[in-house]
Amino acid sequence: MTASILAFLHALVAQGAQMTLILLLAPLLTGLVRKVKARLQRRRGPDLIQPYRDLRRLLGKEAVVAENASWLFRTAPYFVFAATWVAAALIPTFAANLMFSWSGDLIAITALLGSARFALALAGMDIGTSFGGIGASREVMIASLAEPAMLMIVFSVALVAGSTQLSTVAEHMLTGNPGIRVSLAMALVALLVVAIAENGRVPVDNPATHLELTMVHEAMVLEYSGRHLALIEWAASLKLMLYISMIACIFVPVGLAADTASPAGNLVGIGTWLAKMAVFGTALGVAETAVAKMRVFRVPNYLGAALMLGLLGVLLLFVSQGM
Amino acid sequence: MIGQLAAIIPAFMVLGVLGIVAARIPAASLLVYGGSLVLCAALLGGGLAGLSGDIERLVLPIGIPWVGGHLRLDPLSGGFLALIGLGGGGASLFALGYGRTEAHPGRVLPFFPVFLGAMTLVVLADDAFLFLFGWELMSLSSWALVMAHQDHDGPPAGPQPGFVYLVMATFSGLTLLLAFSLLGGAAGGLGFDAIRTHPVAPALASAAFLLALVGAGSKAGLVPLHVWLPLAHPAAPSHVSALMSGVMTKVAIYGFLRVAFDLLGPQPWWTATIVLAAGGITAVLGVLQAMLERDLKRLLAYSTVENIGIIFVGIGMALAFRLNGFAAGAALAITAALFHALNHTLFKSLLFFGAGAVLNATGRRDLEAMGGLIRRMPRTAVFVLVGSMAVSALPPLNGFASEWLTFQAILLRPQLPQWGLKLMFPVDGALLALAAALAAACFVRAYGISFLGRPRSDAAAQAHEVDAWSLTAMGAFALLCLLAGILPGAVIDSLAPLAQALSGARMPVQLADPWLTIAPIAASRSSYNGLLVFGFIALSMLVTAGVVHRVSRGVRRAPPWDCGFPQAAPDTQYSAASFGQPIRRVFGVVFAVRDTVDMPEPGEMRAASIVQRRRDPVWDSTYARIAGAVGWSAERLNVLQFLTIRSYLGFVFGALIVLLLTLTLWQ
Repeated sequence: MTASILAFLHALVAQGAQMTLILLLAPLLTGLVRKVKARLQRRRGPDLIQPYRDLRRLLGKEAVVAENASWLFRTAPYFVFAATWVAAALIPTFAANLMFSWSGDLIAITALLGSARFALALAGMDIGTSFGGIGASREVMIASLAEPAMLMIVFSVALVAGSTQLSTVAEHMLTGNPGIRVSLAMALVALLVVAIAENGRVPVDNPATHLELTMVHEAMVLEYSGRHLALIEWAASLKLMLYISMIACIFVPVGLAADTASPAGNLVGIGTWLAKMAVFGTALGVAETAVAKMRVFRVPNYLGAALMLGLLGVLLLFVSQGM
Repeated sequence: MIGQLAAIIPAFMVLGVLGIVAARIPAASLLVYGGSLVLCAALLGGGLAGLSGDIERLVLPIGIPWVGGHLRLDPLSGGFLALIGLGGGGASLFALGYGRTEAHPGRVLPFFPVFLGAMTLVVLADDAFLFLFGWELMSLSSWALVMAHQDHDGPPAGPQPGFVYLVMATFSGLTLLLAFSLLGGAAGGLGFDAIRTHPVAPALASAAFLLALVGAGSKAGLVPLHVWLPLAHPAAPSHVSALMSGVMTKVAIYGFLRVAFDLLGPQPWWTATIVLAAGGITAVLGVLQAMLERDLKRLLAYSTVENIGIIFVGIGMALAFRLNGFAAGAALAITAALFHALNHTLFKSLLFFGAGAVLNATGRRDLEAMGGLIRRMPRTAVFVLVGSMAVSALPPLNGFASEWLTFQAILLRPQLPQWGLKLMFPVDGALLALAAALAAACFVRAYGISFLGRPRSDAAAQAHEVDAWSLTAMGAFALLCLLAGILPGAVIDSLAPLAQALSGARMPVQLADPWLTIAPIAASRSSYNGLLVFGFIALSMLVTAGVVHRVSRGVRRAPPWDCGFPQAAPDTQYSAASFGQPIRRVFGVVFAVRDTVDMPEPGEMRAASIVQRRRDPVWDSTYARIAGAVGWSAERLNVLQFLTIRSYLGFVFGALIVLLLTLTLWQ
């Protein structure tokens, strides 16, 4: 009896640690990407911890809300933050089989991010400004291609691993020796494309832009300020962390602890996870510096390619065993 | 039990007669809708009992002479009776308030209960005669309701809803009649028991299957037979629209399930391929049309087409699994389809109620005339938001749970030997994924343009909240959407007898799983817990709000920022057309969209203009051509009307000769 209660508490602590870690480290990853980009542009760039300072500053300020804003505008940031956080909690970052990992699978994670986007797009339309509308309209256009592409990637991975549970997928990739598969390679390329689009990175969107006509995400949240803006920014960092952790746990699950029982395994898991985040963050910064932002109406071609790659991978898996 | 259920049908008819007699009394709507509500509640109870009970039969002395009328209550009919009771009850409750604003109650009150009674008869019927009789009564009574708002000046130009509906309903009835004549075989057995015990030749069975697919599919709105649906459903009063979209399409699905799973054995693989292909195409075409529609009720009708596609994909997968002897997979796929049918009844009824409330409050259906309704109609806005999120398949609501199950059925990847099926599964997966994402885009647009932003017309600026009955109906359905979303296991378990009857297997018991998680096959393979996801989101929101409110300095109201150039005129907001423009541009090739811009040269004084064209490929390629051919031949045959008596006598003589010659040659 006592042992089972202890095990329960242990699992609860591990799950809580995962949720806290991913929440607290997310702004650091954003800071790292910004730093890398600045260095490549021969600027010194802000400190790594600048995003935390921004968040503290925004949280401390009073929020200016438009006169005609409804309750939806004021509730949406909390919902966006909560839905993104719950989705992030389902990712095996340093250990698989966390306590609540079975409460949602890859499809649910995709859909939770969809819920967050739905709320944010509505909030963008609440004030009735043209910028909110343009942002929301473009965001849903991008999502209408990125989401099916993401589901095709989920299908590929799930068919290879025989499961849509991320923990099972990671274990399969770690121990099942899937080998080099054409469909998985296609899924990886498609996932990178989708991750870039979903996080509003160059070349789909530019998180640092202040030129209104090129903005997508920034136009949608233009009316937000203070604590609301802080939550939205934090959710955006969290989403970037989520996607990179997801790519890492599916395609490079090295070091991932099978469960949270052994302290050494956990430490190794955390260490390798942080290293992976640093590598991916740097790579993202380099990639963003190397390419130019594309016109909004070229984005569908870019995402359509990801969708077709994903579908091709799934088709290959359906018609043959070994691909 | 079946005796009481059968008695509900004449009770509905009596209510219809009362509707005629009492139409002029103000209390008539209370009487008719209140009575319908009570009868629907009984239907719901009886249906639920039938869902998990034994098979019961009843032979009525009415029907074909010496044969009588056969009724039967089994899990399949019980489940769909409960669905009629649920959807019909909600519509009656909504109409208790909404129906009072009806301009011509005499045009609606008599037909509403008859419509409900006819659907009950279809589901209870156990012989082809009663089935077809109920089917035609259902078509005719709903046709009368579609025509209720048609005035002497008629509807605007374009295809006439009532006429197109009547033609398609006749077509649907005709194909089902042919299907049952084939199934009856040479002996001509009309009873379903006779059909079950005397299977016909395989070729005839496949033909009957296809005829049933066409007949039921045209009633349900399967592409390319869907053209009447977005015309007819929105034309009716809103509670009837809810009934037609939410319930009548399900009765059509019942008809197909009854023929395909109960009366017929497994069919060749290509029939399942046809169902799968039709379902996937229906889902995507329906939602794309909805995305570009600016009439709120037509948008909802197109979204119904999309959801019918999703349900048919589930049914097609169940057919494919069944013919390959994979009962567990068939159980999962059919459960997903039935769960989605239930969900669609819930959220589409809710959304049509919301559209009715908006129509009542503003008098407009055009999205471009709305805006800011969340401030004028706060309660309706909350309920419609729940419905919009549910139809967009977003967790933690019910639409996601059933789409998740459908995706799990696709991912089973059994070793199907047929190449056609092997290819259709992933293609349908991609089409459903596309449809789900586009549905979210479509409902961001529908909700954002109508309820958010600033009012685009005086009517929207002066909108008022609707009455308590309507709000109760919407609130109840919104609550059911949430409950079915966070407790999907309970729904799956109660659908188990139905899945057992159709597929010969059932999904594992879900409510036994810890924490009420659903795991269609095994927890290591896939699981989802709506309750925990909902709880975690709510908890994180509360914790975040608590922490953030502690450290921050509060909220100040100010004019909108809008990059420093706020525009006072509401016309500067994004409109429904501008919101849909990116999607229109990306997917417009399907509809051959063309924008013709007429931009005056600098110095010219005339106004610029833009003409946007969008065509329905199905209407253009099929219906317009058939209508053209009918018109053309009518034009040619028109000369026959103005001949002399000698020519007519000559024709009669000629026809006689031809008939006699044929008869001679025949022998």
